[in-house]
Amino acid sequence: MKHVETEARPSGQSPPEPPQVDITLKVNGTEHAIQVDARVTLLDALRDHLGLTGAKKGCDQGACGACTVMVDGRRVVSCLGLAAQYQGREITTIEGLSADGELHPMQAAFARHDAFQCGYCTPGQIMSAVCLIAEGRADTDEDICEFMSGNICRCGAYPNIRAAIREVKGAS
Amino acid sequence: MHPFEYTLAGDADQAVAVATADPHTSFLAGGTTQLDLMKDGVLHPARLLDITRLPLKGITHTDAAIRVGALTTMEELAADPLVRERLPFVREALLLGASTQLRNMATIGGNLLQRARCRYFRDPTVPACNKRNPGSGCAAITGIHRMHAILGTSDHCIALHASDVAVPLAALDAVVHTQGADGTRAIPLTEFYLPPAETPHVENVLQHGELITAIEIPLLPSAARSHYIKVRDRVSYEFALTSAGVALVIEDGLIQEARVALGGVGTLPWRAWDAEDVLRGSRADTEVFRSAAEAALEGARPLPGTAFKVDLAKRTLVRTLETVAGAQS
Ligand SMILES: Cc1cc2nc3c(=O)[nH]c(=O)nc-3n(C[C@H](O)[C@H](O)[C@H](O)COP(=O)(O)OP(=O)(O)OC[C@H]3O[C@@H](n4cnc5c(N)ncnc54)[C@H](O)[C@@H]3O)c2cc1C
Ligand code: SF4
Ligand code: FES
Ligand code: FES
Repeated sequence: MKHVETEARPSGQSPPEPPQVDITLKVNGTEHAIQVDARVTLLDALRDHLGLTGAKKGCDQGACGACTVMVDGRRVVSCLGLAAQYQGREITTIEGLSADGELHPMQAAFARHDAFQCGYCTPGQIMSAVCLIAEGRADTDEDICEFMSGNICRCGAYPNIRAAIREVKGAS
Repeated sequence: MHPFEYTLAGDADQAVAVATADPHTSFLAGGTTQLDLMKDGVLHPARLLDITRLPLKGITHTDAAIRVGALTTMEELAADPLVRERLPFVREALLLGASTQLRNMATIGGNLLQRARCRYFRDPTVPACNKRNPGSGCAAITGIHRMHAILGTSDHCIALHASDVAVPLAALDAVVHTQGADGTRAIPLTEFYLPPAETPHVENVLQHGELITAIEIPLLPSAARSHYIKVRDRVSYEFALTSAGVALVIEDGLIQEARVALGGVGTLPWRAWDAEDVLRGSRADTEVFRSAAEAALEGARPLPGTAFKVDLAKRTLVRTLETVAGAQS
């Protein structure tokens, strides 16, 4: 990684530029080279620098799951990682879930079961639910509740979210 | 967040040298504590040294112990077949912590070094916090402290150590392996943490820049049974009000070996040595379990907001002991 040098400025002038980093992120199969402030989280890089606004910012502190994306096939909360930490990793967002405009089975099941109200938590719920099934943790309602607990739904669509997951699990 | 420089650590020697030389450099692992507290304005290092690409990942087994690289994630450790088979309460404590997303990020080294959840510590607009600002006082003692500690507290700080997995690890006499400027060390987990006393900002025996490289977890005897129970305000995805990690070897109704530690009550993961003394050599029945729980909470110093924890912790321990003993028959 290259660091961009920031020039020292005489005191009394505007503060020095915060340190920047040149990074390359591989998102949904495409590489993107960007220069960002070192403070930029993976979530902010996706939303503000790559225009991928599917992952949502709820709490920005790892507590709500709205920003859930997959990294090398595992779900993470993108608000608590620096973009620079995720170079060389396969990042998948909700935008990368469906091939050729076809909805992913989990997306279709969420729509069929009306598994949302405002929809703000939905991209995170769907990313988490896809991983849940891959992890083999969707066998019982109890397991679904436990292992989906990192995704909060303010609208309380939980019963319908569980129904959507059960359906996809049953079909798989 | 204050601006900082991001550096990727190339190897462990270099990481230790860079961090040791600069008090304003912090290690960055999963980031789930470090970045959280930087967003809150509690921590503001000038440089983050990303250690996640160091070769400190993975789990190796011997007949007596497993050695867990410090960068192994909570989910990876929970998925290990030997942990599942021989250390069930470690797996339970891992999976009852945080969320799957966080466990995929959080490393075992970072977990042991997670910081207090005390809301006054996490809010820099509150002036009084001895942990954040030594000598400033403690807002929690006279404030809201329902989630705070009752064992190992001082007049200067009552913050809880909130790690779940550290509870069974303390019971097992796990060992923390480190690399520092003066070479490597092996520190028993039961000697790793420091009680707040008059210096709550000093939480453990690590030097600045000393890197945790691995955690060594002794295996239980194959006859042992173990269990972790976590009591909390909501069913899932919440820190413990009280918790207990117990491992027992019982033969013919007599307890041959006992390992007991408590969570949610201590300023450090609380090894209940006194409870173990009561249990060892005694019959595995509820009366003995109650005496053990009394012994474990003997030194509790509750405040009005934490008074409920004394009974709750005893009951949590009795229930955990009963569950382990029951699993035996
Ligand atoms: C919403 C939420 C809920 C949570 N719930 C729980 C819970 O129920 N139970 C529980 O136990 N935990 C819980 N946690 C805490 C979580 O487990 C910790 O934040 C996590 O384990 C820290 O690991 P990390 O790799 O992310 O560490 P980081 O945040 O990267 O680092 C933490 C600290 O350790 C230092 N550090 C990291 N690795 C090393 C190393 N190898 N050597 C030396 N220093 C190092 C860093 O400099 C930093 O100071 C929760 C966290 C969040 C955000
Ligand atoms: S309990 Fe400890 S961390 Fe919380 S305000 Fe008091 S000194 Fe600070
Ligand atoms: S925005 Fe990341 S967990 Fe809430
Ligand atoms: S649908 Fe509104 S938060 Fe879940």
